Amino acid sequence: MELSTTYMGIALRNPLVASASPLSKTVDGVRRLAAGGVGAVVLYSLFEEQVRREAALNARLTAAGSESFPESLSYFPDAADEEPGPRRYLSLLERAADAVDVPVIASLNGATPGGWAGYARSMQDAGAAAIELNVYEVPGDPTTSGRDVEQRHVDALSRVKDAVTVPVAVKLGPHYSSPGEMALRLDAAGADGLVLFNRFLQPDIDTEAIATTSAFELSGPAEGRLPRTWIALLHGRVQASLAATTGVEEAADVARFLLAGADVVMTTSALLRHGTAHAGVLLDGLSAWMARKGFTTVDELCGLLCVAAGTDAAAHERAGYVGGLRDANAGAHGPR
Amino acid sequence: MIAYSHCIAHGIEMRNGLDQQHRAVASGYWPLLRYDPMARSAGANPFLLDSPRPRIPLADYTDRELRYRTLANTDPPEAERLHGLAAEAVAQRWDVYEEMATRGARRFPADARKER
Repeated sequence: MELSTTYMGIALRNPLVASASPLSKTVDGVRRLAAGGVGAVVLYSLFEEQVRREAALNARLTAAGSESFPESLSYFPDAADEEPGPRRYLSLLERAADAVDVPVIASLNGATPGGWAGYARSMQDAGAAAIELNVYEVPGDPTTSGRDVEQRHVDALSRVKDAVTVPVAVKLGPHYSSPGEMALRLDAAGADGLVLFNRFLQPDIDTEAIATTSAFELSGPAEGRLPRTWIALLHGRVQASLAATTGVEEAADVARFLLAGADVVMTTSALLRHGTAHAGVLLDGLSAWMARKGFTTVDELCGLLCVAAGTDAAAHERAGYVGGLRDANAGAHGPR
Repeated sequence: MIAYSHCIAHGIEMRNGLDQQHRAVASGYWPLLRYDPMARSAGANPFLLDSPRPRIPLADYTDRELRYRTLANTDPPEAERLHGLAAEAVAQRWDVYEEMATRGARRFPADARKER
């Protein structure tokens, strides 16, 4: 079965991509992902705040106790005091890109205007096939306007696009006032790819400890419906490639996203649950389904169930909502 | 008695020294053991392994110390290579200690001190 496709103009052997995760924190991890069969690997995200925090911590630790005893004026070599920057990440990126024959995409979560552009440029120089901007942001200040948040994200994309020549994708969350309009704005600003959606990690409360907890959970298939809805709406309406992420567990989930209009389907939770070889299971399942349904290439099925251009998308969604409620009332969730 | 002591030269927040000592033991970097020759005389295994098996990755211990992070920042591939060897050494040493802790007493040298 021919599974090759393109993502942001990059040729991939298949549409399954390992999304940013701890699985790609080592060169061996990236090798295992590639050996498992994925078409590309997105490295774990580099957070600008973490780089700055480590630099500040190292400076504090090298200074602690120095110049306090004549027989030992310092406790560390000069190198300890050097600004580490994203050196470890860039070294991993360079070696990972050399080690595998699938594209390795760097993931960046910047915090300052200079940070976005500077780190992106370094990632390109280190051999990134593309850069994914992780614009995860929770505007905790309730006086921040939605438009200001959106403009920050568009500005970050623009700065990075000015700084690099490799393709740039934006991984966005669903919590914009109008996700579709935000996607169009990013598309117009030059995004080569849109990754839908980042998961909003919400803390939970431990009633016994009377404390908040991080409450991280892997995604489940039901979570795939939200990004699928927007991918179906955006397919054919943006120039950027569409990448689906969240809610992939079995081959049918991959097929669902492709039918909705995704160019590639990203997963981490399934690989964490079942191992990196599960990528092969997903791809074999996709091939078997395609053969059963008479498809011979990914192109043939991509976007078959999207909301066609020219459709009144708002009316389409409204009708879907009303129809869904009607079906639920008539079924298991209806009045007795 | 050989005791691990946290130190300013390790490059840690000194107020967290005991937490770091806990990680040293939990990662297998610093197993806790005793050797009591008198136990051998009583027919018991003189080698006592007091800490449980390593239950956190070695990196959870080393990444918190500037003395290790410095190499990771200046020469990441070399740091990874050495870390891999160190993790292997931790596992090998643990295997040896576990084997010693489960041996019969007779496989240890007898206490040669003159009985009083």
